[in-house]
Amino acid sequence: MTRSERETRRPTLAAREARLAYMLLAPTFLIVFAIVLFPVIANFWISFKPVKLANLRPPTPIVRERVRETPEAPGDTLLIRYQMRNSSQEITIEDVLLTDVLPDGLTLTTDEPRCSMTTTNLRCELGSWEGGYRENLELSFETSERYFATQADPRDTDPSIQGSAPNILTNLVFTFQNFTEIFRRGDFWPTLRITLYYTIFGTIGSILLGLFAAQLLNVKFPGQGILRGLFLFPYVAPVIAVAFAWAFLLDPTSGAVSALGMRFGLLEGPINFLGQRSIAVDLFGFSFRFPVALTTVILFEAWRYFPFAFLFILARFQAIPRDMYEAAEVDGASYFQQFWYITLPQLVGIISTLFLLRFIWTFNKFDDIFLLTGGAAGTKTLTVQVYDQAFALADLGTGAAVAVVLFAILAIFLLIYFRYAPEGD
Amino acid sequence: MTVTSQTRFHSQGASSPAGILLATILGTLSTTLTVTLWTVAATIFGDLETVLPLGWALLSGAVIGAVVGAFRQGKDTPTAVTLITGLGTGILWLILSGGRPLNMNMPELHLFWGVAGALLTFTAAAHLTRYGLRDLGLGRIDRNHLELLLLRVTRAAGFVFFLTVVIFPFYFMVASSLKPRAELLQNPSYLGVDLARKLSDLLIGYREVLITHEFWRFILNSTFVSLVTVAITLVLSVLGAYAVTRLAFPGRHLLSRSILLIYMFPAIVLVIPLYSVFSQLGLRDTLPGLLIVYPATTLPVALYMLRSYFQTLPKDLEEAGMIDGCTRLSVIWRITLPLSLPALASVGLYVFMIAWNEFLFAFMFLDTPAIFTLSRGMVGLNSQEVPRQFLMAGAVIVTVPIMVIFFWFEKYLVGGLTAGGVKG
Repeated sequence: MTRSERETRRPTLAAREARLAYMLLAPTFLIVFAIVLFPVIANFWISFKPVKLANLRPPTPIVRERVRETPEAPGDTLLIRYQMRNSSQEITIEDVLLTDVLPDGLTLTTDEPRCSMTTTNLRCELGSWEGGYRENLELSFETSERYFATQADPRDTDPSIQGSAPNILTNLVFTFQNFTEIFRRGDFWPTLRITLYYTIFGTIGSILLGLFAAQLLNVKFPGQGILRGLFLFPYVAPVIAVAFAWAFLLDPTSGAVSALGMRFGLLEGPINFLGQRSIAVDLFGFSFRFPVALTTVILFEAWRYFPFAFLFILARFQAIPRDMYEAAEVDGASYFQQFWYITLPQLVGIISTLFLLRFIWTFNKFDDIFLLTGGAAGTKTLTVQVYDQAFALADLGTGAAVAVVLFAILAIFLLIYFRYAPEGD
Repeated sequence: MTVTSQTRFHSQGASSPAGILLATILGTLSTTLTVTLWTVAATIFGDLETVLPLGWALLSGAVIGAVVGAFRQGKDTPTAVTLITGLGTGILWLILSGGRPLNMNMPELHLFWGVAGALLTFTAAAHLTRYGLRDLGLGRIDRNHLELLLLRVTRAAGFVFFLTVVIFPFYFMVASSLKPRAELLQNPSYLGVDLARKLSDLLIGYREVLITHEFWRFILNSTFVSLVTVAITLVLSVLGAYAVTRLAFPGRHLLSRSILLIYMFPAIVLVIPLYSVFSQLGLRDTLPGLLIVYPATTLPVALYMLRSYFQTLPKDLEEAGMIDGCTRLSVIWRITLPLSLPALASVGLYVFMIAWNEFLFAFMFLDTPAIFTLSRGMVGLNSQEVPRQFLMAGAVIVTVPIMVIFFWFEKYLVGGLTAGGVKG
């Protein structure tokens, strides 16, 4: 809508339009806020709290009812024991209230100031329980004729017990310990270094392979469409399937790659591609340790995501005007000169965008490494570290703190991306 | 007849020594490639002990190349020459190796891998050499010739490389799913499948996985989750994309820019808070919980893709609709949607693919086997107690539906992938 058009309309119309727009966008906003933005904020919050995985289950009072003495005749005593405890060892539960519906014809005879009974309803206000609290509450009742007339059992209805405990997530206890823990453990910097290696080389690898593949298919020939579909396979196939297939292929004992390598004399013994941290390599007098597992996951990353780069570069190729090449041919440029001076400059834009996108996504990537190695053998990236801390070590707070650090680094990359991303798309 | 062919031969110029040398190099490369493929195929699919006789392959390649280069008719080698060279070399290999080319370790001459292999390999090598030299006069060699040949060789190598790395893992997945554990362990380098076996024996892995490991249920769950995700995403993103492209409101530009930002948020950062909150709300181990999370991860991309498409639709039709008294919503329903069916198909397929393939949240959230999705169910197969055959059968079951959809609707999906700049 042009500016003059908007000005000639009445303002109420514009306001109505804006309101409609907000209404149409509201569900999207709501769901994105609840599932994306709110968790990011909540993650910051949790990173400053001493929360363990076990704390997620809120502390609750627990009760079990036992009949200790069964009356035989009217006037006998009915003795009920309530075995009660606090489910948490640490956290206090306030205002614990026990209620139970008992059969008709019972009178409370135990002198228990916390309990009272009105006809059939027993109600005990048990105050606050600290962590690990246990109590056996025994109550005796005198039975009347009516108790035997109804033939009811005291255990027909289960007792209910409730109390209020502070929610570990919403209380105001904060700590810096999670962050000091990350840096104290000493594996943060190696993890960051591995993450950067993985990200940089995985990104470059996938783009180079994509560029090469796009070059191959940038010529019309029969079967080109099928090949294009085939080349996208690694990208569209479920990660869980391809990761397990590769893990099996690369297995040192039952995998085909080691077996074939040995059969053709390329390998002296089986290589544990995903389980071996590094091997010593002697090259021209330089000896260094070559990271095996890390290289393997980087190659997997390049394999799985080259189709992404391939698609975009191929689309860009096809948009390069033919006459540029024709003109170059007339000028006597060779094929490599044409590629170097015409094709590549045309690709700079898309390749740099691809680089930033893939860089960010690879940096965020969790599934691939988690499924291939689980972060073992020198392949632990920051994302795997988040999972390890939060769920394997059951320390949500520290896991969230790692996630905050990861997010902070990512924010820098995002800033760069939006600084250099082309405007408007 | 002889005169004309003579004159043409001379006018084109016979192959120069440099030209023949070039053809020789090309022949060597082609032959090395085909012999390697033959050796590998005989090992992998034929289960034969083989050795790659590199020296002999190089030598034969040089001969083939030289012959194909020397007997040029203009800018091509006659088919007869190529065929005879290839078949001749093949027969020579058979004779010189005493009927056991590649040192094939087999009790009797394996007709297929030995004889057919030799003939096919060298005929292919000769034709490859000829094809590599197509439209090329070998009379005078300049820099362009060299570059063109280098380009062709690289392309051929590229095709072999990409086809291998793309197809091989998937082939391996299927082949392993058809073989019992003992066979897999005993001979890991044999990747062929004994198709003579009874069909029910062949497919035992699938039966076990589908019935004993209850994958039939996971298929239903995955389908349900993916379809509902697609439905929610499509409805919400159509409304949102319409608002962003057609309506003026404060913050519109900012919104357009920040849609992209959302799908660069790492899922792992969202996992801890969502896990905590969903645990406390009782949403964690439920499909509705998953169905809240999935659309949130796909909505930004879907909105972005649809927005790009809506921008290309002419506004005139919609305005005409409005003048005729339609409300905004009925304009969307009657005009915008029918026009954007291809885009909706792209977005829908793409979202389906994301939801179907999703692993992290399914893995973190689901504990009850009755509501597992396929991705989550696969994790259960990845243990020491379960034979690899079953794991690979599971992998095939997860992969096949997405591949079928992909090939069926490739046009739409590729459109979707490129339009959206898909999340990976």
